[in-house]
Amino acid sequence: MNKTVTPFDMPDGTDVAWCPGCGNHMLLSAVKFALHELGIDRKNLVMVSGIGQAAKAPQYIKANMFNGLHGRSLPAAQGIKLANRNLVVVVESGDGDMYGEGGNHFLHAIRRNIDITVIVHDNMVYGLTKGQASPTSQRSMTTPIQESGVMLEPFNPLTVALALNAPFVARAYAGDVERTQEIIKQAIAFKGFSIVDIFQPCVVFNKVNTYQWFREHTVYLPENHNVGDRTGAFGLAIQQDKLPLGVFYRNEQRELYEDQMGIGTIPLYQSNPLDEEAFQKLVNNSL
Amino acid sequence: MYQDLSMVFCGEAGQGVQTITGALLHVLKKYGYNVFSCIEYMSRIRGGCNTTEIRITEKKRDAYVRRIDMLFALTHNVVEHLKDRISSKTLIFAEKEKFGDQWSDNCIDTPLTKFAVEAGSVGFSNIVAAGVVLGMFGIPLELFTAYLQGKFAVKGEEIARKNVIAAKLGYSFGRDTAATANISLQISLPAGRPERVLMDGSTALGIGAVAAGCNFISSYPMSPGTGLLTFLAARTKEYGIVVDQAEDEIAAINAGLGASYAGARAIVTTSGGGFDLMQEGVSLAGMIETPIVIHIGQRPGPATGLPTRTEQGDLNLALHAGHGDFTRAIFSPGTLAEIIDTTQQAFNLAQQYQIPVFILTDQYLLESVSTIDASSVKRRTVEAFLIKTTETYQRYAFTDDGISPRGVPGYGEGLVRVDSDEHDENGLITESFEMRRRMVEKRLKRMHSLRETARVPTVIGSLVQAETLVISWGSNRSVLEEALDVIGNKAFAGIHFSQVFPLSPVINSLFENKRLFVMENNATGQFADLLSFETGRSISRKILKATGEPFSVEEVVDALHHSDHE
Repeated sequence: MNKTVTPFDMPDGTDVAWCPGCGNHMLLSAVKFALHELGIDRKNLVMVSGIGQAAKAPQYIKANMFNGLHGRSLPAAQGIKLANRNLVVVVESGDGDMYGEGGNHFLHAIRRNIDITVIVHDNMVYGLTKGQASPTSQRSMTTPIQESGVMLEPFNPLTVALALNAPFVARAYAGDVERTQEIIKQAIAFKGFSIVDIFQPCVVFNKVNTYQWFREHTVYLPENHNVGDRTGAFGLAIQQDKLPLGVFYRNEQRELYEDQMGIGTIPLYQSNPLDEEAFQKLVNNSL
Repeated sequence: MYQDLSMVFCGEAGQGVQTITGALLHVLKKYGYNVFSCIEYMSRIRGGCNTTEIRITEKKRDAYVRRIDMLFALTHNVVEHLKDRISSKTLIFAEKEKFGDQWSDNCIDTPLTKFAVEAGSVGFSNIVAAGVVLGMFGIPLELFTAYLQGKFAVKGEEIARKNVIAAKLGYSFGRDTAATANISLQISLPAGRPERVLMDGSTALGIGAVAAGCNFISSYPMSPGTGLLTFLAARTKEYGIVVDQAEDEIAAINAGLGASYAGARAIVTTSGGGFDLMQEGVSLAGMIETPIVIHIGQRPGPATGLPTRTEQGDLNLALHAGHGDFTRAIFSPGTLAEIIDTTQQAFNLAQQYQIPVFILTDQYLLESVSTIDASSVKRRTVEAFLIKTTETYQRYAFTDDGISPRGVPGYGEGLVRVDSDEHDENGLITESFEMRRRMVEKRLKRMHSLRETARVPTVIGSLVQAETLVISWGSNRSVLEEALDVIGNKAFAGIHFSQVFPLSPVINSLFENKRLFVMENNATGQFADLLSFETGRSISRKILKATGEPFSVEEVVDALHHSDHE
């Protein structure tokens, strides 16, 4: 891959806290190229994240940034978009942050359908806390805490998203930067809540789901896959032997929350204070 | 003959006690009286026993009294529920056949059900009761019928007409009863009859928020904090407010902070239990230096506690919420005017200092209704404290007072980068101990001017001859004012705090050579402890109550009389 310069690159020498060989590096490139190719102005872009290794991604992207609390990227991102819908809002976080700590927000963000893009670095393990099971860890994987192997059924983000009629549902593999970049571009360009779950090998703590494992266990959806078929998408999302990659489902019909609320294009920071007449009306129409 | 009347209306949930209260408050206010009402109710949707107290007073009084002059019983279990408040002087308006062996010489057989059925349905009993009151006091019937016609117009002419029939039946019964039993009001109308509006605390809070330019609220319903959410939800279109019902309180405050980061003027509303969940957001606000206004409508805890009752038990919670050291301010209004003013101040202060600012109220304050002179409602200038950024913008640039100019994404050429990790001027994560030291200092530096400009507490009465200062905060202002008035002893003066943190430096001189009493609705004296800690003064007496009820005027009078003999 040639190292094309994007407007989102941080200055040379910026310290990156990820391990050598981590899938995060490739994912970062894919995100920056996608943003660049979409022609997004970094002044109007807000990268939002929670906590974890994946959640450090906005640190390495030259744009506005809200790196909030563990699990809380979605509430913050939705607040930002509702306050100024002219901004492009992209959430980048890990599987633990999004599906564990932030699980309830994930459900309700899909229900709202605000125009934000959610990119989940899914490495099926907790990296920053040193190798415990994550919500997407596969059963029987052993960890320092799950010594006899993971006993919980893995969280399947795609089936959950489809169950709630998320209007854009996709999965990618960080090892394939070009295809991942293409999927991310579609997700950001989509008007509505878009979720891209991205398989990403953790070279230090996940000895099961390695680069090789992902190559062997994934397959791209066929060219003729019908993205409008929600039931079909669900069938593909529960497939286990070969995990499909690509855009599973698109639904252009769901109305945006911000449209339903009647939110206009004037950002809230430009709201005008009440004039005297409006104030008197407010006081006098109280009870 | 009554010179200061306390009426209590009691019924099951769903019997329309609130309709009576609403009607009487409107009509009595329209006629010109000073009115006040407070409410106590059970955490259930139907049944039980709920009461509303309405006071008519010559001097404006906004406090709960234990005494009941007239009791209107819509249900039979009233006497048991109110046994501690009923005296030999309490007149009870009730239906004899329903009351059974509770009937006494103080009871007046009032055919509420009979008249209601005559009007069309037993459901009109509440309107009959309101009619009885207005008939007894000779308030022009037209005021009442006009109110009913306005109120019930949306439900159709037939409903409005039946209400008027019920009102008239009650009214003539009341007029006749007053003549027979020699009941009358000896309360003069306030001079000039100024144009006043009726308001409860939640409404005042909402008015303050809208006036302050509030344009974003994300919250999860929880009594008694929900009133503000409802108020703003009813005004989204008219005033351009984004109202989002969050999936939980954690989402609420994080969404509020996201919106605020993008330039919204954001508030969250909740009660203590919900606020427990918001604490991480308070800490985040401290770290990313992003304004947020937090309203806590207090109710008795711990845990679910008494969901519909009142307490001032969350001061320590607000004071210490969120891990780490950072700056905050806490307001504690005690009157409608103070609620409207401190709410506006809270928004401006949050933006100016880029900190979380709390407004602590409680069920009693939020749900009590009183009148306020519309022309006297104070309006503060909405101050944004935002800059248009340039390309070299740094969100956390070091400045003399620790406050960096605040930009928002999309406004100007710069990038706005905030991080919950310790960060440098650009919001980049750092583990430099030197940078950490400077950032800690930066976040705390602003405390100095925040303290210097804190609200000065209000003196009640005169300090000149006062030996003892009785200190209140939040909802107890009016009850303290009235109690001190009743006592009329110059050795006592009151001090009311509408800001409890940081405390105005003037209190040191104010407290000099005085004995200090603190009254508050909690079990341990949280504010008393804070005052001791901040001033080094010991508190001679804590007057505390944590039953879930507000202080009554009588109770405070008793407590102060008792202390006088100590």
